Amino acid sequence: MEERRRRSRWWYVLLAAPFVGLLYPPLYAHESPELFGFPFFYWYQFAWVPLAALLTWIVYRALHR
Amino acid sequence: MAHNTNAVALTVFCLLFVSVTVLGFIAARWRRGDLSKLDEWGLGGRRFGTVITWFLLGGDLYTAYTFIAVPALVFGVGAAGFFALPYTIIVYPLAFIALPRLWIVAHRRGYVTPADFVRGRFGSRPMATAVAATGLLATMPYIALQLVGIQVVLGAMGINGDWPLIIAFAILAAYTYQSGLRAPALIAIVKDLLIYLTVIVAVIYIPSKLGGFGAIFDAAGKALPQKEKPGALIPGTADAQTAYATLALGSAMALFLYPHALTGALGSRSADTVRRNAAILPAYSLVLGLIALFGFMTIAAGITPASPNDAVPDLFLKFFPPWFEGVAFAAIAIGALVPAAVMSIAAANLFTRNLYREFIRPDCTPERESQVAKLASLFVKVGALVFVIVLPTEYAIDLQLLGGVFILQTLPAVAIGLYTRWLDARAMLIGWAAGMAVGIYMAVDLDFKASVYKFLGISAYEALWALAANLIVAVALTAILRAVGAGDSADETTASDFDERGVAEGAEPLPATPEEEPRFTREGEPTRPRR
Repeated sequence: MEERRRRSRWWYVLLAAPFVGLLYPPLYAHESPELFGFPFFYWYQFAWVPLAALLTWIVYRALHR
Repeated sequence: MAHNTNAVALTVFCLLFVSVTVLGFIAARWRRGDLSKLDEWGLGGRRFGTVITWFLLGGDLYTAYTFIAVPALVFGVGAAGFFALPYTIIVYPLAFIALPRLWIVAHRRGYVTPADFVRGRFGSRPMATAVAATGLLATMPYIALQLVGIQVVLGAMGINGDWPLIIAFAILAAYTYQSGLRAPALIAIVKDLLIYLTVIVAVIYIPSKLGGFGAIFDAAGKALPQKEKPGALIPGTADAQTAYATLALGSAMALFLYPHALTGALGSRSADTVRRNAAILPAYSLVLGLIALFGFMTIAAGITPASPNDAVPDLFLKFFPPWFEGVAFAAIAIGALVPAAVMSIAAANLFTRNLYREFIRPDCTPERESQVAKLASLFVKVGALVFVIVLPTEYAIDLQLLGGVFILQTLPAVAIGLYTRWLDARAMLIGWAAGMAVGIYMAVDLDFKASVYKFLGISAYEALWALAANLIVAVALTAILRAVGAGDSADETTASDFDERGVAEGAEPLPATPEEEPRFTREGEPTRPRR
């Protein structure tokens, strides 16, 4: 039981990804490459919306269902 | 842009407004409960499932003022205003981790407000009172700003003066009084559908008229640096970038400390409902990001609004036919009603639980408690209305800005307290005071013109500087108090109160809420063994 719980906590690491991806602006404060007319700065952050939601869902399914 | 009254737009607007009013009153009968109990009136009986919670929290967190102010900021300064997107993305992983824990202990112990939790967890009346007072202080100007949101769309339809606002708020006050949290939950469904419709139409139609998103970004990129206070399409300097990241982080940490956000979350049926919502609420962030881009569309369309707050209404006036203007403006105005209702309920819960019952009538009956909360919700709204009508709008905006700084100072007690009682309540109280003082000092020093303060060569969100001061003081004083062996206060919660799997053996079962329903049935969860 203890063993299993400890291992499962690693799933929470997935939730750290949006913080790393979004809280260091030098990573994405660029104009190019553009996508559908959107500068990189904008479409990159938009892309994180579904990505963060997906990661959260994965953690939920792994730990609570 | 001149604002004239259009009969078609106004008719559509009024029709939609009247329909949600009817809905607000009908809500009292929806999933009927005994509204003379605070749990039922102020938390909807803690029975909202995943979908209703999604609508309610979406309607509650993404306020009308947000839909006006975010694009206004993007219109004014460009990329710096876009921090709203990363903010509303990273808030959900935080919520996913901490909120279910709070939901569980609140459910076990019958807590309705964050101050209830602090009172029980740390056995400290002063700290709980500080948390309640901070919540009230942060919420009041926020309600006032929802009124500003209504004012802006009414003004765009050529309706000025105070009486339409007073009528709108009187209606809101009446059905909130009667139906409690059920009213905004039901109205949120209409509000959110209207917002989604408006945004989808706008992001497809308007760019098609402006030559596509490429042309819109190009126009904004050219126009922003020419502004009186130059803006930018991409945050280029180190200062701009640290400001951007700290605003996103600080705002995200603060959001679920707001009483109205917690009210929405605690009204849900289970901890899993909260978790599922953390995964599906980002749908609204997508909408918010698109709405932020309206600021650039306004620039590209060559519109010069009288005030930045008119950026979105003027954009709609220029591109939409009158009937759809009516729909779009109704979406925003109804969008103000949902958060205003939840905020006034949250403020009423705080007043009733943590001031009235704590200090005035400790022995009051549940019926009396619910009655006081209903009356308090009226007073809160009247207060906000007077605030907006009598004082300049600027005051409400400044205070709301400070509200974000203030509310983050409750993080040690409310959020860290979910995990550990190491911090001493007395130390946290002094830390809280230090954080509040630093926040006020920085805001006044900047003359409320900005929320980013440069200290030690780093430009960062004031709220985070204040939290740093708060935590340093709280940790240092706790260490000292422990070293000298000063006694500790009592904790009424037990480890099992935080454990989803159920009440530990020997623990005393608490009164179930709602009473007519056996606990933990709907989704059967706390009793379900872990896989």
